This record gives sequence, C-alpha cells and structure tokens, in this order.
Amino acid sequence: MADEETDEKPKPQSVASDVAALVTGLKTTLTETFRPVVTTMYPEDKTPRSERYRGRHYLRRYDNGLERCIGCELCAAACPVGCILVIAAENTDENRVSPGERYAKTYEINMLRCIFCGYCEEACPVQAIVLGPEYELSDTSREKFIYNKEKLLEPLPRDVQARLDAKGAPHPHPLPSGERDT
Amino acid sequence: MSQIYNDPIGHWVVVVVAMTLLLFVVLTATAYTVWFERVALGRIQRRPGPNRVGPFGLMQLAADGVKLAFKESFIPEKTDRIIYVLAPTIGVAAAFLAWVVIPIGLWGNVQYWIADVNVGILIIFAVSSLNVYAIVLGGYASNNKYSLLGGLRSAAQLISYEMALGLALVPTFMIVGSLRLRDIVAYTVSWGPYHGPIPLILLTPIGFLIYIISATAETNRTPFDLPEAEQELIGGFLTEYSGLKFTMYYLAEYLNVITVSTLAVLLFFGGWYLWVVPPVIAFLIKVVLVLFLYIWLRGTFPRLRYDTLMRLGWKVLLPLAMANVIVTAIVLVAVQG
Repeated sequence: MADEETDEKPKPQSVASDVAALVTGLKTTLTETFRPVVTTMYPEDKTPRSERYRGRHYLRRYDNGLERCIGCELCAAACPVGCILVIAAENTDENRVSPGERYAKTYEINMLRCIFCGYCEEACPVQAIVLGPEYELSDTSREKFIYNKEKLLEPLPRDVQARLDAKGAPHPHPLPSGERDT
Repeated sequence: MSQIYNDPIGHWVVVVVAMTLLLFVVLTATAYTVWFERVALGRIQRRPGPNRVGPFGLMQLAADGVKLAFKESFIPEKTDRIIYVLAPTIGVAAAFLAWVVIPIGLWGNVQYWIADVNVGILIIFAVSSLNVYAIVLGGYASNNKYSLLGGLRSAAQLISYEMALGLALVPTFMIVGSLRLRDIVAYTVSWGPYHGPIPLILLTPIGFLIYIISATAETNRTPFDLPEAEQELIGGFLTEYSGLKFTMYYLAEYLNVITVSTLAVLLFFGGWYLWVVPPVIAFLIKVVLVLFLYIWLRGTFPRLRYDTLMRLGWKVLLPLAMANVIVTAIVLVAVQG
C-alpha cells in the first residue's frame, strides 16, 4: 500500500482491506499489552547519567582543607548568564583560606539563572568549581536558589571525588611550601 | 421473601434498599472502571498506569475524587446559570436511571434487579438518550464557542448513531420475542443434545458489531469522542466545567460506558449464564471483558474526522442494520414457518 502513495488519487480501497487494517491495529495493541512495561519508576529508580553530567555546582577543597578557589572571577567572566558572583579578599598568614594570594570571600551562584553549561568549570584555573551529578534541585523559595559558599563547599559525592582524584589534573600555580596537589 | 413483596410497605422498603445498594455498587464500579481503563491503556502503551496510591494504585480514584471535590466550583460570567448547573445533573441522572431496569443476575431465588419491566430495553434507550441534553445544554450554557461546537457535534452524532443502535438490536428482539431483558438473557435453544441458554451473538454477530460501534459513538468515547476532542475543541462541552460539575460529567460518561457494556453482555453474551460459574460473578467477568474491549478500541484507533463519522453512521451502519433486520426476518420466517 505504501508504494501507491505517489498516485494523485489513491485507489479506493476495498472494505476488506479497511477491515484488515483495523484488525491489524487491534492485534498490534493487544500484543503490546502483554509486553513488559518500559517505565523507569522514577523516584525509586533513576536512569543512569553520564559521568560528565552537568548538575549542581561544588567548590572543591584541597586535602588539607584549604579551599581551591583563589577568587580570580574567571568563572564569573565566563558565565554566559552572569549567575556567578565572586567577591575576593586577600589571604593573610593569620587567616589563610586558600593557597594563593586571594580567596573568595563571597561566592554565590544563582541556580535559577544558571544554564548548566559548565563554562565556569572550564574557565577555572585551579579546578575549584565543578558540576556534580545532582539534578533534583527544586526548592520552596527563590531565595533558596542562591547557593552561597557554604552550600557550594559541601563535600562532593564520593564517586565524583574519586573520579576527580584519579584524573590528577596538573596544578597551574605554585603551592605553599610542603603542600601537594590533589 | 414473597410476603415482604406482597406487603405494600415492605415492597417499598425492599426497593429503596435495593436502590441504595445499587447506587453504591455502581458508583464503586465506576471508580474501578476508571482505574481499569487507566491501567489497561497504560499496558497498551507499555506504561504501568496508576500505581502510587494504595496497592496497585487502587486508591487512585479516592485521591482523584477528593481532589475534584475540593476544587473551586467555578461558574464563568455570562453563562446561563440555571442550565449551566442543571446540565451535568441531567447527565448523571440519566446515566443512573438506566440501571433501574438492568438485571444483574438471578442466583437461586434472589433476583438482583430493581424493576423487571417488560419493555426494559426501551426504557434504557429512552433514558440514555437524555444524555444528549446534558451535553447540548452544557455546551450552550457555557457561553464558549468550543463548548457550543462540542454540543452541536454531540447532538448530530448522538442522533445519527441512535438509529443504528436501535436497529442493531431489533434482530435480537425478533429472535427472542420479548423486550424484557430477563427474557433475552434466558433465551434457550434446543440444538441437538444441547438444551439451555446461549449467547445471542451466535445468532446476530452483525448486530453485535453494529451495536458495539454505535454504542462507542453513543457514549462519546474514542474513536468517536468528537464532542470533547481535546486537540480541536479544547474540551468541547467540558471546557468551562470544573470541580464537582466536571466530576458529574465524568461520572456520567463512565456510567454510560458500564451501562452499554452491561447491555452488550445481557443482549449478546448470555448475561449471567456461564457454564458452572455462579451467576453474578459470571456477569461481572463478562462485563469486565466487554469493558476491556472498549478500552482496547480506545487504545487502538485515532479519532474519526467529523464527515467520516457521519458517513459511517448514515451510509454504512444504518443500511447494514436495516439489512440485518430484513435478513433476520426472512431467516426467521423460513425457519419457524
């Protein structure tokens, strides 16, 4: 029947072929009925995500607890929607937050604006910001979507941390004496 | 038992109790028909269907009911208020009324029906035709072009298919010689060694075919759900209805589905007679199977275009039904002399 579609006027089909078409349809749906269900039961089961899935952000720390972020604002500059706010401050010997000269005093990401493009991750010279696997970010008020530094510094999920450790990215800037990059 | 029936007050007590019981049974049946439909449709599309509320999602309808009941019962401006409120009530009332004469079973000496009327089937047709008023009036009163279009379509569709529906059943009456539903179910034949009730579909297969198509159209179900065609008419006559009034339409629709399925079982599948299975249970099994047929049709066929709908009704089903009547008449005369 498909090869007749080029004709301008389709041939008037016989009643028998019409009924046969209906029966074919009924047969198809009936066989489908007894095939297994393909639905993923979402909150209990989840579809697998790729290793490089871009979900919520994390700020990383070194093993010794120092923050990686050096407050350079390159992430904020790279961000296409301008959802990152970084206010840097100087590190002092009494108050050393990160290994470099400066650290991020304020680091906020507006998750309502974020498009999860991952440019911040790419731009970061010290691999301080990474996008983790979580995508269930719904919340009850707009204010809660502005992730502050405290929230972003939460430890990464174990498997993601292990993967990043395995990569062992080279460190682009000198470390304080005695420190080893992770 | 018969003494209670003979006593005028006792008779009324029995009838009222039976009616209340039936109301609950039918309402519950409606709820689980919706559940059954959603699960079956899901399976057809390889989804699980509702499975969150209660075991197997069986409490889904309770959840839906609570949701619908607590929704704001909104009446839009510039509607014809009286008719707007009255229309869904007509639908539900008509749908329930049909159950007055539907016999569910005969188990020993206990009769599972309210009224045993000698023109039962005519009453069902008369009452179920009232459903068109619910839809037309609802569509008219809503003051919405989509509602009005839905109502108009419905009027044309129901009138067209009612004729085929009625004619499709005429051969059955001719064979049985009675309009009483109980007689039709109890129709017995003596074929060689076999003596007993038979499913009448063996004698009127074409009648059944026309019945099932016309009944689908009568109840506004896919593939004949033009009055509420979501894609073209938003919701047809349902567009402006919400809350409890919407629930009433919804209820009426499913009640009608159960009614026509029940009628199919009574008229074509031998009612409550099924081998050794107890009568009421046999009836239930058959109704569920016919309901599945309906859902299966819904899960399979796309909606008809309006002109094809009319053509099917007037040019195919009606002549076929008439021919069926004439051929049956000739055969009956030839056989019975």
